[in-house]
Amino acid sequence: MARRNGLSIITIVAIGIGSALFVILGRFGSIPSGIPNTSIETTYALLALFSLLYGPVAGLLIGLIGHTLKDAFFYGSPWFSWVISSGLVGLIIGLAASRISIADGNFGRKEIITFNVAQVAANAIAWFAVAPVLDILIYAEPADKVFTQGLVAGAANMVTVGVIGTLLAAAFAKTRTKQGSLRKLN
Amino acid sequence: MRARMLTFTRQDSPVHRLNGAAKLIIFILWSVSAMITYDTRCLLAMLLLSLAAFRMSRVKFGDYAVVLYVILLFLVLNQMAIFVFSPLEGTRIYGTRHELVHLAGRYTVTAEQLFYQLNVALKYAVVIPLAILFLLTTDPGEFAASLNRIGVNYKIAYAVSLALRYIPDIQRDYEQISFSAQARGIDISRREKLPKRIKNMISILTPLILSSIERIERISAAMELRGFGTGRRRTWFRSKPFTFGDWVAVGSVCAIVAVSAVITFYDGSRFYSIF
Repeated sequence: MARRNGLSIITIVAIGIGSALFVILGRFGSIPSGIPNTSIETTYALLALFSLLYGPVAGLLIGLIGHTLKDAFFYGSPWFSWVISSGLVGLIIGLAASRISIADGNFGRKEIITFNVAQVAANAIAWFAVAPVLDILIYAEPADKVFTQGLVAGAANMVTVGVIGTLLAAAFAKTRTKQGSLRKLN
Repeated sequence: MRARMLTFTRQDSPVHRLNGAAKLIIFILWSVSAMITYDTRCLLAMLLLSLAAFRMSRVKFGDYAVVLYVILLFLVLNQMAIFVFSPLEGTRIYGTRHELVHLAGRYTVTAEQLFYQLNVALKYAVVIPLAILFLLTTDPGEFAASLNRIGVNYKIAYAVSLALRYIPDIQRDYEQISFSAQARGIDISRREKLPKRIKNMISILTPLILSSIERIERISAAMELRGFGTGRRRTWFRSKPFTFGDWVAVGSVCAIVAVSAVITFYDGSRFYSIF
């Protein structure tokens, strides 16, 4: 996966396909967790994986475009405070995980820890702080309600990305040929 | 598992004939305006106007019925959540307190709270008809061209157009993978316990995502070969020129938004009070 300066073709295509996946998983891939109004949104595992693979710009735009389209198609109108937060999650994971070279098949213990620290930080910033604050600024909703929603959603997303995202990334790394994995016979 | 989503339907009406870029601009202006104002008079006027536009478009009820029910359910849940978490938000905003019924503990129904929640409901109600209308009457192909026209970088507009193009394909992939998994006894319905259900979900996600990554490489190779991104601009097959009607529509929405902003902020507060 060659990376160029600016928006490379692969990034553009990844944004398009990633957003389409975000819409479909956002609709069909969420599992109710048993706690009211909280579900395991597998779509955030996808967002984390694509941010890891294709970088922060792709992460940001998949979050923004995917979430906007999902809200628009299935709920009629986008909920902008959460759309922006989704973009932020992708951006932060992409930035923080830029040192992981998963395309070369490296996803061992060290990379798993880096990835998870990045995703916990990204989810904490987006759902514990940015989403509720934007809810209050844009929609003037009660602070208690939006902070509780943010806490629950953020915690659920951390667990989802931690479990499903890590497993998906590990599965992807296995399909790649490790650098320097050729051995000389005799 | 048929998709119950809003998709473009080819019809003929004044709304369908509007330029995609004009509709996008109108929708953005309208949403921002509804987001800002808490003035009940503006919201009511805007609601009437958006319902009038909805009527003019002659879209069929069946095309949006399911989505409408989901929206209404969400609206009701949101209203209940607001009351549960903050029963006196209205009092805090409007600064007065007219108690109607005392329920229990800190839960008192006040006239201010009812008025505040009415405003919150109106804010949604104002945007929803236009959002549904925008999605039902705009050709996805023209949508990407419209994004480019209002100033979005054409590469990003193209990414959006790719997303719209591949949503049905990926949905079909998802269904096929999940059906074949179910045929092998991998259940993701609520009959399965949560940990098992998540594990089963992963066994559907893995092939879906890995095949999507392959698809990304294939599409980008094809685009690379066709020289995508070498020019500074690009033309769009579906792009339409602005007509007189488009200018009139955009102009009148600009005027409405401006009037609404003036009325809202005339007294220095974004909240209009009847108390």
